[in-house]
Amino acid sequence: MSDTRLITHFGEPDDAADKPLERRKCGDTVASMPDADTHIAPQTAPVTPTEPVTGWGRTAPTVARVLRPRSHEEAVAAVRDCGDRGGIARGLGRAYGDAAQNAGGSVLDMTGLDRIRAIDADAGVVVCDAGVSLHRLMEVLLPLGWFVPVTPGTRYVTVGGAIGADIHGKNHHVSGSFSRHVRAFELLTADGAIRTVLPGTDLFDATTGGMGLTGVILSATVQLLPVETSLMCVDTERAADLDDLMARLTANDHGYRYSVAWIDLLARGAATGRAVLTRGDHAPYEALPRRARRAPLAFRPGRLPGAPAFVPEGLLSRTTVGLFNELWYRRAPRHRTGELQRLSAYFHPLDGVPHWNRVYGRGGFVQYQFVVGYGHEDALRRIVRRIARRGCPSFLAVLKRFGEGDPGWLSFPMPGWTLALDIPAGLSGLGAFLDELDEEVADAGGRVYLAKDSRLGPDALRAMYPRLPEFLALRAELDPRSVFRSDLARRLGLLGP
Amino acid sequence: MKDAFGTPQSLLVLGGTSEIGLATARRLIARRTRTVWLAGRPSPALESAAASLRGLRADVTVRTVPFDALDTAAHEEALGKVFTEGDIDMVLLAFGVLGDQARDEAAPAAAVLVAQTNYTGAVSAGLVCGNALQAQGHGSLVVLSSAAAERARRANFLYGSSKAGLDAFAQGLGDALHGTGVHVMVVRPGFVRTRMTAGLADAPLATTPEAVAFAIEQGLRRRAETVWVPGALRVVMSVLRHTPRPLFRRLPL
Repeated sequence: MSDTRLITHFGEPDDAADKPLERRKCGDTVASMPDADTHIAPQTAPVTPTEPVTGWGRTAPTVARVLRPRSHEEAVAAVRDCGDRGGIARGLGRAYGDAAQNAGGSVLDMTGLDRIRAIDADAGVVVCDAGVSLHRLMEVLLPLGWFVPVTPGTRYVTVGGAIGADIHGKNHHVSGSFSRHVRAFELLTADGAIRTVLPGTDLFDATTGGMGLTGVILSATVQLLPVETSLMCVDTERAADLDDLMARLTANDHGYRYSVAWIDLLARGAATGRAVLTRGDHAPYEALPRRARRAPLAFRPGRLPGAPAFVPEGLLSRTTVGLFNELWYRRAPRHRTGELQRLSAYFHPLDGVPHWNRVYGRGGFVQYQFVVGYGHEDALRRIVRRIARRGCPSFLAVLKRFGEGDPGWLSFPMPGWTLALDIPAGLSGLGAFLDELDEEVADAGGRVYLAKDSRLGPDALRAMYPRLPEFLALRAELDPRSVFRSDLARRLGLLGP
Repeated sequence: MKDAFGTPQSLLVLGGTSEIGLATARRLIARRTRTVWLAGRPSPALESAAASLRGLRADVTVRTVPFDALDTAAHEEALGKVFTEGDIDMVLLAFGVLGDQARDEAAPAAAVLVAQTNYTGAVSAGLVCGNALQAQGHGSLVVLSSAAAERARRANFLYGSSKAGLDAFAQGLGDALHGTGVHVMVVRPGFVRTRMTAGLADAPLATTPEAVAFAIEQGLRRRAETVWVPGALRVVMSVLRHTPRPLFRRLPL
C-alpha cells in the first residue's frame, strides 16, 4: 500500500520545483542578487577541466570531465552534454576496477544528489536520491529502528551504485542481493527521459547489475530491515582446512542471517584453506547489557587516521601477509558464541581506516571474486589450492555461500560458493594466472563479479554471463548511440565494433 | 582499453617491420591485444610481418598503414586515420636507423637522413600520436630510445645524438602529457641483436628483441617512465655518463 503512494510521489513535479527553492534558501545571497544571471551562465556553458579517475584498486587511471549534477535537471543536462565519448554515473568510487571511469568522456559524480526524500518509519521504506550513501542511510535510519537490507563490506557506497552493481552482503544466502529490496527506481535514459522502473520489467533486470550502462539512476525506493539494536550477536569458530570450512558452512549457515568466512589463502599443505567463520544476527534488545540498553540504536563508528598517501611498493609481500594471516588465525577463538560487536566492526572493519586502499602502494591492487555453483566444489578446491601454491599475498580473502540469485541479467550472485581475494597488481605473471582461474570458473559454469573486476577479457565475459546478448539487445534499443559508456564497457567489448 | 596490468587491447606499431616492435606485438597478442596496426613503408616485408602476426591467433586483426618517418607532412593524415577507426591503447614508436658512422661522417647527407628518421620523424609522429591519445583520454606511448642516447660515443655519435634528441623529446612529451591520462614510456635498450646490428660484434650486456618486449610489458604494468634493458645498464650508463671526458675518450667503447 505504501509502495504505490511512494511511487506516485515520484512523478509529481514538486521534485523539480522545490530544488531551486531549496537552493535559494541555503545558497547564501546569490539568487537574490541582481546579477544572478552571471552565476547561471557557467552552468549553461560548462567548461569542465578533466581529472584523472581510477577505481578503488587504483589501477589503470584515465582522464575524464567530471560533472557534478546537484539536481535531476542538472543530471539531464549533464547526460545531454556529455559529448562524443559518452558518460557514466559514478558514486563513491568503490568499484575496484574501471566500472566508473570513462576515458576522454564524461563521468557524472552523483554524490551531489544526496537527499533522503521520504521515510516511511512504519513500513520501513525509504525514498532517496541515488547519491545517498549507505553510511548516511544507517546514520538516519538506525535511530528509527531500521537497517539497510543489504550491506557490502563498506558503508561508503551509494544507493545508485548498489543497484548498478547489484551488490550483495553477508546475508545473501537469506536475503538475496540489493535489488531484491528495491521497490522502484528512477532511471535517466539516453533519450533524456526519466523513467520509473519497477521490479519484474526488462529495464529493471537490465539495470540491476548493469554497471550503469542502461542509464543514470536518480533515486530509489528501498525496503528496509527492522532491527532492535545497533549491535551484532556474533558466533566465531575456526576451521582447520577448506573441507572443514565447507562442511561447517553447509551444516548450519541457514541458522544465521549473516555468515562469512575469512580464509587464509597463504596456508599450504594440510592447512590449505584454514579459516575463521564469523556468523551472526542483529542483537535483540534483551541481549544487551544494562548499560547498552540506554541507547540501543546508537551508531557512532570511529575512524582511525587515514593511510598515508605514499606507501612503498611491496609492503604487502608474502612474508608480511603470511605473518598477518598467521596472527589473525591464531588470535581468533576456536569457538565463541554470542559475542556482542558493533555493526561497523562486524560489517565494515576496513571503513575504520580511510584510504586503506593506499597500503598497496602506487601500483594498486586487483580484487578477484568469483562464484561457482553447488556441485562444483572440486573447482573451488582446485582454485584455492592453486592460489595457495602460487602464494598470492592476500589478507582480505573471504569465502561465502550464496543463496538464490536475483533476476538481473548481469547480476553476479548465483547459488554456490563465492571467494573474493585481493592481490597486489604488481605481482609478476598475475594477469595470465587470473586468466587461467577465469577458465576454471567458466568451465564450472561460474562467473566473475564485474564490480570488482579490472582485467577480465571480452570472451570470458560472454562465457560467464549467458544473458549478456539480451542485455546488449536492450542497450542497442535504449541507447543506440552509446551515450552511456565506461572503460569497463570498452574493455569488455560492450560498445560494439 | 588497457586492463589493470596495463595490457593493451589495441596496438599501433610505428615501424611495422621493427624486430623489437614485432616481438612486443607477439608478446601482447599472447595476452589481450586483438587489434594491431603496423605502420611502415609499403613493402613485402611489412605484409609478411602482418601475416606472421595474423598466424598467432584466429581472432586477432592485423592491418597495415602506409607510413614513412621522413614524410612528416603526411603523418597527421596517415596516423589520424588509424585513430578514427577506434581507440588505440598503445603506440609503440619503434622506427629508427643505425646508419654507418664511418661512411656517414664523410657523407653529411646520409648523416642527416639518420637524424631526420630517428629524431625529426619521431617528433612529428610522436606529437601526432600524443595528441590523438590525449583526445581519447588514455593510452601509452612507448618510445624506443637507446642506451646510446645517454652519452655520445666516438664510435656512433651520429646515431647516439639522434637518439639523445628523441629521448629528450619523449621525456618532455611525457611531462607535457602528465595528467592527461596518456602515459609516455622511454625504453633504453643496450645492444640488441637484430637485423639492424647484424654483423656487429656483441657489446657487453647485449640483449634480444624478446627481452626488450618483456621489459616493455613489465614497464606497462608498472606505468614506468623509463625502462632500461637489461636493467643493469642503468648503473653502467650512469657511471659512463659521469666519466670525465679525457678518460671517456680513451675508453674502448
